[in-house]
Amino acid sequence: MAVGKEIRNQISSIQGTQKITSAMQMVAASKMRKAQERMSKGRPYADRIRGVIGHLANANPEYNHLYLQEREVKRVGYIVVSTDRGLCGGLNGNLFKKTIKNMKEWNEQGVEIDICAIGQKAVGFFKNYGGNVVAALAHLGDQPSAHELIGSVKVMLDAYDEGKIDRLYVVHNHFVNTMTQEPTVSQLLPLQAAEENDFKHHWDYLYEPDAKQLLDGLLTRFIESQVYQGVVENAACEQAARMIAMKSATDNAGDMIDELQLIYNKARQAAITQELSEIVSGAAAV
Amino acid sequence: MGISVHCDIVSAEEEIFSGRVEMVIAAGQEGDLGVAPGHAPLLSALKPGPVRVIKQGGEEEVFYVSGGYLEVQPNVVTILSDSAQRAADMDEAAAMEAKQAAEKELANQSGDFDYSRAASQLAEAAARLRTIQSLRNKLR
Repeated sequence: MAVGKEIRNQISSIQGTQKITSAMQMVAASKMRKAQERMSKGRPYADRIRGVIGHLANANPEYNHLYLQEREVKRVGYIVVSTDRGLCGGLNGNLFKKTIKNMKEWNEQGVEIDICAIGQKAVGFFKNYGGNVVAALAHLGDQPSAHELIGSVKVMLDAYDEGKIDRLYVVHNHFVNTMTQEPTVSQLLPLQAAEENDFKHHWDYLYEPDAKQLLDGLLTRFIESQVYQGVVENAACEQAARMIAMKSATDNAGDMIDELQLIYNKARQAAITQELSEIVSGAAAV
Repeated sequence: MGISVHCDIVSAEEEIFSGRVEMVIAAGQEGDLGVAPGHAPLLSALKPGPVRVIKQGGEEEVFYVSGGYLEVQPNVVTILSDSAQRAADMDEAAAMEAKQAAEKELANQSGDFDYSRAASQLAEAAARLRTIQSLRNKLR
């Protein structure tokens, strides 16, 4: 029957798309579980080292490390952590919007900006948007390793050491739960003191070996671990966002198929009715 | 029951130990050090080696860390390890093998030989063995 051929074609093409999106949804769901596990395993270390650094910033170290000094801001650095692939809803879009908003505030004060882009999407975005990208890293895959990150982080740390940048931020998505991911901008350098102020008196650590050597290692380790945790968390966000995006795409495809099916059925019935009435009136005419 | 302090041992991959302890003994960069409750605030780098904790009640547990940092605060002792392992999970044969391989590499040096890398491998393998042996002594 010639009737509704286009509609049938359309339905079958939407069904094809629906199969793909539902497969992607299931893949994202299983990857999310693994990514979430990785994230929660890394959390204790990141939390504890942040605690130690918080104490340290509260202490009155005999050796005043560069990372602990506030200095006048002329140039700031951003490490922007994004995903490598798209099809994950507004995840990257929201992240970039937040980053740009933050950067604008600095721009208004006449402060310049350096960017370290992690993830294919950030690399692409800042290429189009403009901005001084000093380091880029993409294709980390599902299991980002700390080793790969160290290089790009070092570029920013070196820039800080040399006084090229006076502040360093990391931007990534914070995993609240499967439904909600929140873009966050957090300051890495200079280090910020912990909120708790139970030690009002002047105190300091004993250092073994000497303070400089120890702090150099510890603070670098801290920055690396924070960036690594950001990347791992962002990976979990990516899978969660993709799962949700693909689920709604699958649902939407289902709705569209239902609608089209209804239109198709109506057209078919109309065609049958018309044919019948033609036959009847033809028979009556004889 | 003696006085105790809270102790956390975490590695980059996971949390290894968390609980109240009476004493922590770790291999610091400048020699072994024991931390009892009430110790002054301290930051120390750790060498690869065993970390012994005496839990509340006198029970002892041994962990292996491949380097990291130790922080002492009035109310908490934190060990940030690069990678930590429960000593009971460690394989003596594998550690011995690693040590022998490292020694062998050190023995036949060729021109483009990375001495520092081999030396650190040897130190790590030796530290693993030391951990296993200290665990063994305890069990005996």
